[in-house]
Amino acid sequence: MKAFSYQRAGSPAEAAAIVGRTQGARFIAGGTNLLDLMKLQIETPTHLVDVNHLGLDRIEATTEGGLRIGALVRNTDLAADGRVRKDYALLSRALVAGASGQLRNKATTAGNLLQRTRCPYFYDTNQPCNKRSPGSGCAAIGGVNRGLGVIGTSEACIATHPSDMAVAMRALDAVVETVRADGTARAIPIAEFHTLPGDTPNVENPLAPGELITAVTLPRPVGGTHIYHKVRDRASYAFALVSVGAILQKDGTGRVAFGGVAPRPWRVEAAEAEMPRGARAVAAAVLAGATPTEQNRFKLVLAERTLAAAIAEARG
Amino acid sequence: MKFDTPAGTNPIDQLKVIGKPTPRIDGPLKTTGSAPYAYEHHDAPDPAYGFILGSAIAKGRLTGMDLRDASAAPGVLAIVTAENAGKLGKGNFNTAKLLGGPEIEHYHQAVAIVVAETFEQARAAAALIRVDYARDKGRYDLAAAKDGAGKPPEGGFNGPADSGHGDFAGAFAAAPVQLDATYTTPDHAHAMMEPHATIAAWDGDRLDLWTANQMIAWSVGDMAKTLGIPREKVRMRSPFIGGGFGGKLFIRADAVLAALGARAANRAVKVALPRPFMFNNTPHRPATIQRIRLGATRDGKLVAIGHESWSGDLPGGGPETATGQTKLLYAGANRMTAMRLAVLDLPEGNAMRAPGEAPGMMALEIAIDEMAEKLGLDPVAFRVLNDTQVDPENPGRPYSQRQLNQCLQTGAEKFGWARRAKPGSVRDGRWLVGMGVAAAFRNNINMKSAARVRLDARGIVTVETDMTDIGTGTYTILAQTAAEMMGLPLDKVVVRLGDSSFPVSAGSGGQWGANSATAGVYAACVKLREAVAQKLGFNSADAVFAGGKVKSGKRSVPLAEAAKGGELVAEDAMEYGDLARKYQQSTFGAHFVEVGVDAATAEIRIRRMLAVCAAGRILNPVSARSQVIGAMTMGAGAALMEELAVDKRFGFFVNHDLAGYEVPVHADIPHQDVIFLAEADPTTSPMKAKGVGELGICGVGAAVANAIHNATGMRVRDYPITLDKLLAGMPELA
Repeated sequence: MKAFSYQRAGSPAEAAAIVGRTQGARFIAGGTNLLDLMKLQIETPTHLVDVNHLGLDRIEATTEGGLRIGALVRNTDLAADGRVRKDYALLSRALVAGASGQLRNKATTAGNLLQRTRCPYFYDTNQPCNKRSPGSGCAAIGGVNRGLGVIGTSEACIATHPSDMAVAMRALDAVVETVRADGTARAIPIAEFHTLPGDTPNVENPLAPGELITAVTLPRPVGGTHIYHKVRDRASYAFALVSVGAILQKDGTGRVAFGGVAPRPWRVEAAEAEMPRGARAVAAAVLAGATPTEQNRFKLVLAERTLAAAIAEARG
Repeated sequence: MKFDTPAGTNPIDQLKVIGKPTPRIDGPLKTTGSAPYAYEHHDAPDPAYGFILGSAIAKGRLTGMDLRDASAAPGVLAIVTAENAGKLGKGNFNTAKLLGGPEIEHYHQAVAIVVAETFEQARAAAALIRVDYARDKGRYDLAAAKDGAGKPPEGGFNGPADSGHGDFAGAFAAAPVQLDATYTTPDHAHAMMEPHATIAAWDGDRLDLWTANQMIAWSVGDMAKTLGIPREKVRMRSPFIGGGFGGKLFIRADAVLAALGARAANRAVKVALPRPFMFNNTPHRPATIQRIRLGATRDGKLVAIGHESWSGDLPGGGPETATGQTKLLYAGANRMTAMRLAVLDLPEGNAMRAPGEAPGMMALEIAIDEMAEKLGLDPVAFRVLNDTQVDPENPGRPYSQRQLNQCLQTGAEKFGWARRAKPGSVRDGRWLVGMGVAAAFRNNINMKSAARVRLDARGIVTVETDMTDIGTGTYTILAQTAAEMMGLPLDKVVVRLGDSSFPVSAGSGGQWGANSATAGVYAACVKLREAVAQKLGFNSADAVFAGGKVKSGKRSVPLAEAAKGGELVAEDAMEYGDLARKYQQSTFGAHFVEVGVDAATAEIRIRRMLAVCAAGRILNPVSARSQVIGAMTMGAGAALMEELAVDKRFGFFVNHDLAGYEVPVHADIPHQDVIFLAEADPTTSPMKAKGVGELGICGVGAAVANAIHNATGMRVRDYPITLDKLLAGMPELA
């Protein structure tokens, strides 16, 4: 860990302004990912701006009939919120499928969206990694990559996005609200929030320097049966090999996003037209063009079968 | 005291304290955070902090090290590398050097230690060391190296590379029913909670080490040899250890570099290995490839048993002795075993809980299940049918005790084995359900062990020995032993462990600790009883020690009286004759496992586990059960998830943290039972006990594998059994 300075910001706009103008500055919220990365010198901020205590920890109804979730709402609180459990059960279920109780108590809504990949090569600073050290190469390609991405990847990076919560947010059509360094606000649909690696896997989202997530909003509830099925090698406290976040309606229609397969929560809206025809048709459309490795090819079959199980469960 | 004839009746047989379920006496210290672990001793004044830099390559050499920025970094007191460390020897028990350079022998081999005022300063400065490497081509793939493997060196714990009896080749070829299958087990990490950690402080030419170590005397010797100083100058203390599993049998880089750093900085130095180092810097259980051939008659008698195993290690290293149990476990007139060792440039292999038998039984006990299936026999009945009460390679040599059949039959009854159905036929909602069984087998080893006992005027008996408690319950069973011998309640006994200034014990390894170390305390207590009797004017043969008193005839005197004129001190060791050669001494068990396999995703979840063990006298059923359920959990990990993933290009274990190297969590282990069969083995020691801490892991993996087969009809021979290996055989979905 490199020595760094620390300050508390007085408001979201002030936090954005400070980080925007300070070379090497980063926001810190729950710190469940950033501090680990700093200890390993994968992240080396010189200045931390604390965005806790800014009043961003509330969940409120929106005038459109949805929910506005403050960026600093802890994962535990979000999962336990009565409105979330009733109308957005997928989100609640995805949250409790992730991490551990202790981590969920600290981890925040915005931080969860911004967490970095768990690719083991990203975590080992002796190894080449285009995400950590642009241009150095990708050791995961041709290496140990059973847990890594099968679609949306590139020749520069095959890392996955590790979040469970983000898979639910993607299926729920969440919108990310931010304030920029100049004080202006904007809203970014979740579909556009996580960017694909291409040849710049170090760029993971469209946020500008200093741009601070202030909230995530959910549109009106869509009803249906909400299922989050996370498949992993052990029963708890592991990242997904494949996860399925599905909202299934009685008439056989529905929407689905997949975790564990891609650099971002993977949803193909056009494929959802196939939903009444079953998992095989949906999976074929969602995963068309996949480029698995020898070690992670099983994820294609697993994704289809996990979706099939979800559909069967929804039908009872 | 020499133990060379089977034990008769002795004070331990009273079983007033021994054999009683006894919560560990060090429990309150641990639950209140007041048991000082290696990194937590405050005896060392004003310590500085060391951070170790590991090699970024697996094989090659350092071509340059630029220390200038690191040396100039805030707080830095000293940097030690192979270049400025002075001449270092190598210990008897480590294969690669603990401070590497210029030659690099494996990934994360230590190449420098930075000592600074704070931990954070040391870590930050270590990152400023610029190292240039010349990378050599290494050998990292066991399967590729297998054909070039040779006979491993014999001796030590290895045993002979080859063994045989009768005509294996002829009998196997002629057998009406044959099995010829190959199994693989991956490299495993100890993954204990407490990382290797040491505080080192010099006082002139004397070195004090507070460390986490299972074998104090071995490690003092290796420390002295590495540093080139007399062993009398080294004092090592390791009173509490946060798990070892074989990973702390020997000194590692933390101890050597803390000592070198302390010398260079002229300060006490604290070093803990960071978590990633536990996987590539310290030893691991080596991967194996095992070929097993079984030949049987149609009525289920084994006539040919062959087991070959290949493993790899650094040059000068040793094999994983995965064939050992196959020499002994089942009857069969014609047999062969062979171990071969390939040279690999991965981090060094060494002992991990039940070395040899743990991976060996993972393979053998699937093979037995497969053969039972071929024969159309129940796997419990097949094992019972092929029981032996003698060493099959030396039929004139009997087992001292062998209740394998009773373990299997008791377990079958308690587990509801009769409900087991044919493979792939039981469904519970989304789960395919199956049951599996495997034998458990681990040899018993007795090691010389000494202790000192003191009786003071308050009537308190204090036990001192360099024995270690690696979380196993050693403090408690040694206290029970002294209490039983001296006729005292447990709270009148104090136990002090893990200090090289105490008599040399067996140490903790190879499940020899419990029987050996208690036998050492027994020997010392026999001497103390004699001293007490003499002091109080009793004939020691007639004196009865009970209720805090010494009695003979009508005379009864408080034990404390004997120390009125000054503390009484007795010291002795238990040494062993040739009973272990006359009798085959082993421990036995049976593991029963029920699993569910998700019919859609092939996720595997254990539903319940049972172990039935026959392992000599159980000194403390509470800590013995704790050992066995821990071992069963570790076995479940080996079956389902544990694998050090090898990068075969760069030569290292990629998943080098506890996020990537998965071990079972609570949710993976819903229900465990342990049953101990009544047993006392007079050939092992006056305690009549054996080891149990490693027995519990042996066979678990195969029981899980066999249960998965019973659930799904699929036979997976490559561990760990993960869902991707089952998906192709899962039922078609609607």
